[in-house]
Amino acid sequence: MNKKILQVVESAYRATIEEQDDTVMWFTHAIRGGGAQTAVLLRGHAVNYGVKGQDASGIAFGDKKQTQPPDLPGDLTRLIAKGVEVYVVEEDVEARGLVPTDLIGGLIPIKKSVVPGLMARFSLIWQW
Amino acid sequence: MADKKTLAFLLMDAPYESARTTTAFRLIDAAARRGHDVSVFCYEGAVALSFAKQAPHANTVHGRDVAQEDHPNPKDWIIALTAQAEKSGGTLTWTNCGLCVDERGVGEAVAGVGRGSPVDFWKMAEAADNTLVIPTRG
Repeated sequence: MNKKILQVVESAYRATIEEQDDTVMWFTHAIRGGGAQTAVLLRGHAVNYGVKGQDASGIAFGDKKQTQPPDLPGDLTRLIAKGVEVYVVEEDVEARGLVPTDLIGGLIPIKKSVVPGLMARFSLIWQW
Repeated sequence: MADKKTLAFLLMDAPYESARTTTAFRLIDAAARRGHDVSVFCYEGAVALSFAKQAPHANTVHGRDVAQEDHPNPKDWIIALTAQAEKSGGTLTWTNCGLCVDERGVGEAVAGVGRGSPVDFWKMAEAADNTLVIPTRG
């Protein structure tokens, strides 16, 4: 038994500076490493995780510097390299003024209207 | 019970921050009372739900001392839910994300609470008849 899990990520940039990543992306990397069959659907603000060239470096509080800032598009790229399909909702990309060339390679754009069909392919839907 | 089920929950909100936590506890209580086997994985702030050093307080606004106020601590709810599950012929397994515990310094949990990783939650979900993730929102 190996249930297919779709991780729907909508809440974005939640504690990413403190955690040095997105907690759901990290979770997905971990269970994929354990053998889980999983995919990711980025919707809402989370589509911005796919934008190239993000740079969260430079933050410092007093003398304490953040030396390992989050690399969200890099984490996505590494997830895709592990065989995880990562979908992005096209309308949510467009609504934020983004175009496909703004995004990293390997993302799978899908229309909102086909999201239910995508969900039907999975045993478990985890909405984050 | 003939229709005994195995259910997996993931909780993410820190204690005293969201009504989602109370709702989650209501669901777990309902399952425990029916004798189902329940697994709970606490991620991020939810690992503090089982922190052993939680303490009830008096409330001068309410005009009550500590005993009168009887302020609820979620660690006591976890103990009570575990007892309820056993009484009803089921089980309640409570596991905290270990790294989440470490970064918050809440390693002192009430008895029976385990430490694990996302892979443990995945295994819970694999074994469960159904799974519910209750994430932090916003």
